[in-house]
Amino acid sequence: MSLLLPDSGLLFWMTLIFLIVFFILAKFGFPVVTRMVDKRKEYIDNSLRLAREADEKMSRLAEEQARIMTQAREEQNRILKEAAQARDNMIRKAQEQAQDEAQKILDEAKVKIEAEKQSALMEIRSQVALLSVKVAEKVIRQDLSSDKAQMDLVYKLLDELTAPGTKDKTS
Amino acid sequence: MNNIFRNIRNILVCASILFWAAVPLSAEDAASSSGNAVPEDEGIDVKGVIFGHIGDSYEWHLTDIGDKSIAIPLPMIVHSSNTGWHCFMSSRLEAGAEYKGFRIASEGKNEGKVVETGADGQEIRPFDISITKNVLALMINSLITVILILCCSRWYRRHDALKEAPTGIAAVLEPVISMINNDVIKSSIGPGYERYSSYLLTVFFFILVNNLMGIIPFFPGGANVTGNIAVTLALAVGTFLLTNLTTNRHYWKDIFCPDVPLWLKPILVLIEVFGVFTKPFALMIRLFANIMAGHSLILCIVTVIFITAKLGAAIGGSMTVVSVLFGLFMDCLELLVAFIQAYVFTMLSAVFIGLAHERPAKQAE
Repeated sequence: MSLLLPDSGLLFWMTLIFLIVFFILAKFGFPVVTRMVDKRKEYIDNSLRLAREADEKMSRLAEEQARIMTQAREEQNRILKEAAQARDNMIRKAQEQAQDEAQKILDEAKVKIEAEKQSALMEIRSQVALLSVKVAEKVIRQDLSSDKAQMDLVYKLLDELTAPGTKDKTS
Repeated sequence: MNNIFRNIRNILVCASILFWAAVPLSAEDAASSSGNAVPEDEGIDVKGVIFGHIGDSYEWHLTDIGDKSIAIPLPMIVHSSNTGWHCFMSSRLEAGAEYKGFRIASEGKNEGKVVETGADGQEIRPFDISITKNVLALMINSLITVILILCCSRWYRRHDALKEAPTGIAAVLEPVISMINNDVIKSSIGPGYERYSSYLLTVFFFILVNNLMGIIPFFPGGANVTGNIAVTLALAVGTFLLTNLTTNRHYWKDIFCPDVPLWLKPILVLIEVFGVFTKPFALMIRLFANIMAGHSLILCIVTVIFITAKLGAAIGGSMTVVSVLFGLFMDCLELLVAFIQAYVFTMLSAVFIGLAHERPAKQAE
């Protein structure tokens, strides 16, 4: 059957046309495309690898950062604690010092007061002696006309004298 | 992931364009065939219509209007052993006319071919390299293929593919080229596939474009190019030569001196030598038969309309609906077949080339 017998004219043209198409496409067509596609594939693979590496680096950096952060926080806590302790110490020490100082001042003041008191007593004593002498002088010099008036005066003087005198003896 | 999605989207867009292009086909088929049927009241010559379509001819018949046949005349180039080279338009030989001693035989073993009458009154077939319908279709389709691929490669020449994604025709063709190059050629041949990838890609796109153009029922498509055995023969011979001329000595040793007991050797050598030729032969027949059968089947379904038209309005009308639906189905199927056959031809060629290169890798291990 003619369908199954290749026609020589068509075979001739087919061979010619196919060879022309093949040479054109093999020279200017497919190698350009396949080379570029391969190149791009390589480029994409490379980029993906780089991206993965950068990602790993980033996660490592994040870990490092977190580690540093916790470390810093611990350091902060420690410093704060130390500062609080130092402050408490200082306050306690200052209080103690103040108390000591106050005690010292009080003691000094007591001593001084005591000394003042002693000197005042001494002075009073000398004044009393002087006064007694003066009172005695006056009494002696006075005109002792009546007994009663004499007696009143004596009692009065005695009262005056005994009151500070007893007090003096007890202290 | 995005890239794969993009590829799939591109393929879907192509497929849907092709699908919608196929929809008017059956209607057009009907229209063009109706021209053949109208003048013949007594019945339609189904065999003539089908063989007229799937065979070759010296003119490109478009349609008939009334009794007048509308056809594109094509140049005829013949070399007679008596009178030398002749070149004229095929319209000179229309309707059995004779020109410079040449005519188109209406019967006999040269039916439909140009013949001249020899001195002793015998029909002689001159050396005939006329630009027939199939040759013209082959030229148009090859031009389309070359333009498509060169447009694609021009994009890569003009742009930096590392910085921008392909657009236009490059975006459509790149996934297809990558698929054939990586999944078919690279995986079948293995290392050293670059030598063959240009040939195999050319074969793929050549067959694909010819198959798809064959489905379009009107000019410049509709020619049964890849369903012609001369075309598939040339492609198969290309694969045969490439396989056997670029192979290594292990391949020949395997054929002529296989590692089998001595008594088995003659049988196995015979089988192996036979196999060398049957592989490309199978390629040739597979492509030819598939595409020719597809064209015949669609034409059969379309002619059913004209056969049943005489049987009455009800049967004719219902059969028309049925055959249009079947024709639609067949056209979609043919779209699939057009791709599959191009793919299969490329894949088998790559597998044969790969088989002829297999041995050294095994011995190296």
